[in-house]
Amino acid sequence: MAFNSSDTAAFKGVWVFCEQREGVIMSTSYQLLSEGRKLANDLGVELCGVVLGKDIKEDYLKALGGYGADKVYYCNHELLDVYTTDAYTKVICDLVEDKKPEIFLIGATNIGRDLGPRCAARLHTGLTADCTHLDVDVAKYKEFLKTTSTIDVDNTVFEENTNLKMTRPAFGGHLMATIICPRFRPQMSTVRPGVMQTQPYDEAGAAKTVIENVDVKLDKSDIHVEVLEVKKAAKKLVDLIGADVVVSVGRGISKDVEGGIKLAEELASVLGGVVGSSRACVDAGWIGADHQVGQTGKTVHPRIYVALGISGAIQHLAGMQDSECIIAVNKNESAPIFDVASYGIVGDLYKVTPMLIEAIRAAKAAK
Amino acid sequence: MDLHLSKEQEMLRKMYRDFAENEVKPLAEWVDENEAFPEETVKKMAKLGMMGIYFPKEYGGAGADVLSYVMAVEEMSKVCGTTGVIISAHTSLCCAPIYENGTEEQKMKYLPKLCSGEWIGAFGLTEPGAGTDAQGQQTTAVKDENGNWVLNGSKIFITNAGYANVFVIFAITGITTDKRGRKKKEISAFIVERTDPGFSVGKHEKKMGIKGSSTCELIMEDCTIPADRLLGKQGKGFGIAMKTLDGGRIGIASQALGLAEGAIEETIKYTKERVQFGKRISQFQNTQFQLADMHAKTEAAKWLVYSAAMKKQNHEPYTMDAAMAKLVAAETASDVTRRCVQLFGGYGYTREYPVERMMRDAKITEIYEGTSEVQRMVISANLGVN
Amino acid sequence: MKAIVCVKQVPDTSGVVAVKEDGTMDRAAMATITNHDDLAAVEAALRIKDATGCKVVVVSMGPPPAEGMLRELLAMGCDEAVLVSAREFGGSDTYATSQILAAAIKKIGVDDDDIVFCGRQAIDGDTAQVGPQIAEKLGMPQVSYVAEINVDGKAVTVKRLLEDGYMTIKVQTPCLLTCVKELNDARYMSVGGIMECYQKPLEVYNYETLKDDPLIDVTTIGLKGSPTNVYKSFSPPVKGAGMMMEGADKATVDKLVSILNDKHII
Repeated sequence: MAFNSSDTAAFKGVWVFCEQREGVIMSTSYQLLSEGRKLANDLGVELCGVVLGKDIKEDYLKALGGYGADKVYYCNHELLDVYTTDAYTKVICDLVEDKKPEIFLIGATNIGRDLGPRCAARLHTGLTADCTHLDVDVAKYKEFLKTTSTIDVDNTVFEENTNLKMTRPAFGGHLMATIICPRFRPQMSTVRPGVMQTQPYDEAGAAKTVIENVDVKLDKSDIHVEVLEVKKAAKKLVDLIGADVVVSVGRGISKDVEGGIKLAEELASVLGGVVGSSRACVDAGWIGADHQVGQTGKTVHPRIYVALGISGAIQHLAGMQDSECIIAVNKNESAPIFDVASYGIVGDLYKVTPMLIEAIRAAKAAK
Repeated sequence: MDLHLSKEQEMLRKMYRDFAENEVKPLAEWVDENEAFPEETVKKMAKLGMMGIYFPKEYGGAGADVLSYVMAVEEMSKVCGTTGVIISAHTSLCCAPIYENGTEEQKMKYLPKLCSGEWIGAFGLTEPGAGTDAQGQQTTAVKDENGNWVLNGSKIFITNAGYANVFVIFAITGITTDKRGRKKKEISAFIVERTDPGFSVGKHEKKMGIKGSSTCELIMEDCTIPADRLLGKQGKGFGIAMKTLDGGRIGIASQALGLAEGAIEETIKYTKERVQFGKRISQFQNTQFQLADMHAKTEAAKWLVYSAAMKKQNHEPYTMDAAMAKLVAAETASDVTRRCVQLFGGYGYTREYPVERMMRDAKITEIYEGTSEVQRMVISANLGVN
Repeated sequence: MKAIVCVKQVPDTSGVVAVKEDGTMDRAAMATITNHDDLAAVEAALRIKDATGCKVVVVSMGPPPAEGMLRELLAMGCDEAVLVSAREFGGSDTYATSQILAAAIKKIGVDDDDIVFCGRQAIDGDTAQVGPQIAEKLGMPQVSYVAEINVDGKAVTVKRLLEDGYMTIKVQTPCLLTCVKELNDARYMSVGGIMECYQKPLEVYNYETLKDDPLIDVTTIGLKGSPTNVYKSFSPPVKGAGMMMEGADKATVDKLVSILNDKHII
């Protein structure tokens, strides 16, 4: 019988696309498996990892069980070594059409965001991009809303169903939307790397997991692109947008530009982040334009934003005020940056920053 | 009277603003500090058609109108007075007289290269002994035995001179006697190229403001040019100069307008950020009233400038309109920028903020292309008050 | 050869974001801009035009005021514009949008040596889905995250960004490329271009225009045809006023770090 994405009852199980590059499974896959496990438990179904590649080490496949996969579909083929849209889409769609999972999660990497929409279009189903939260259970969804929304949850009617509720930010986080795909299966979702928590590795799970080798039907003629080269960048430009933590410097470093930037770099490395800057520093030639945060630079919403010696001109605030936690250090107590800061310290950045580095280092070491 | 901009003019405004914000503003401080002519910016403007905005396409122009040109000077001047005057002098003082007085051959030879920005234009009227008083001219042009014109003399305070390739130059070609028997100098206009023999660019002036605009002396020592460089008829130079300056005044009025608007924008932004006595200074009534006055005056100047531009576009007489526009816009620019510096307080006097530069840039608009006093003479003469 | 570029008009979220009382975005109160990645796509197409003289057609799905944006793109140098606009198309999700745009592109006509350009993603939705889905509906190869393009006849070689590097990919026309804004700096409109843009052809495709295409079916377009629906939309809680720390010495810093630690921020 032909594949019919609207025959929702025929679909069962939660799948996670476990992306590999150069034979190594990406950590996003573990995060997604951890999340997928919860969904599978709520639904009482199997969690499966899907791996496409060439001669992937069995240990790596088994390890997926350690993060919750009951089963791993392993598609081994020479033409799956390096990602191509055509090959991956074909193999995955063939497998979905055959096995019919109800939920399919993909990491929102540059590759996942290429693959996901193409597969969804071919399978005739919905896809929700860059989800930050997933639920199937309405009660759990309501609990989630209680802490993250302004909705009066107890006095709001929620339709009871086990559709996947895919929550994602819209308009740079000014709004949140929960999306469902009620009429078609699989319910597909991409999830930003780093958003979901990885659960502790479980040896027993790894031992238990079943690896199923998939009979891959793939031919060179299926692929319409030719990958000439895969290259790692020598010097990476700062990835401000993708950064989890941004430590930015402003005009306040004029006293000692090099020293100020060095402090920011050190703090960024302790926090696992990158260095940003206000426009003033870029205009002054103190730092490269790829570091600029603000209206004419990049708009960021990292988990932590540290502003060192930034007064907080509107154009800068526009680029960072949606950061989850903003820590500002500035000499001038009336600096507008303090209006948006979660925590503010009025003081000399050259004195405060080294202490901050020290204290965070100590706190991390204690963990 | 339609006070609405056309759809095209609205789009032009948006484009000028984008360009000014991203390409001109970041360089303004550097241009001023280093007295640097922004050559790269001029090339970029030329590529976008901004060096020949209101000339027809057959001469390489962009085919827009005079108001569209005015808005370009205005928007550039909002962020950099130097950039504004470069377009203005090039367009109003060189392209315009060639377009309005040139033969078909002259227009085809010069306008496409001027409009595309390959060549930059300038205008030489002022001399050490003759400013607005064109009758005080000393530069002479004499025909030699081969029919060439030979120019001798010098010009001063010539905008764009250091970078210009084409100059519209005025010189005495004879002495005439009027009906009452008084002797008058007969003045003619010429097109001189930078590479013409005997032509050279002299001393570069150090100025108070618009520091990046190249203001130099022009020297002509037996500068020999072919007969076909005469612009307009022999003896009609004075009229050409006056008509050209009418147009030029609209350009300078636009520059003044832009400077005032730019200073107000900067000041509004600053007064909303700066806190004194626990309040943002925008919350003080003095700030509010000052800015209200400044904006109202600037808007009034804007309508004078725009209406002069529309009259020129429609080929209506606009001499008095241009004089009024320049008088009011220039005095407004000087007044507004000075008051903006005051609202900035100590910071306004430093080079950390652009208003001190705008104040220095604004002053010249009361002086060049006819001082405010000359504008008053033009206006009163048009009123028949003499 | 021609280049077909898909563009979207989006609210300018870099300025003030207006939110209605019910928590949804007040689009009418916000300024609109051409989506950044899409501008890079337009510029990429115009550069190919500069080099080869090919035609550039821009196509956008949106309400009638999107014409203003299309005129601006014509003023930058694009040759023709198509506005896909109909009540029936409203409320489309990415799947339905790609169906409609694919039908519009088919109507414009795709030749053997054509390239379809899209921006990687739009700043209002950030999904990055419409480009690849159009490619699927047109049965074309796609390359997304394109940061460099070389066209040599029907062979297109592109640099495709990865998080930590890039791939060099060769693909044959007709193909679809989705561009990142880092690809280039889009040109400005020119004065001459602005003066001409209202004389250039701009066609509106409505439901009637496209309805005969098999992709256009009430079950696959518009709000009703979209596989995904909004279950709930909500605003995140308003950020509480920040906390100003007392002092600026070691004790202050230690206190801050312990708060951050307790809240699992670090």
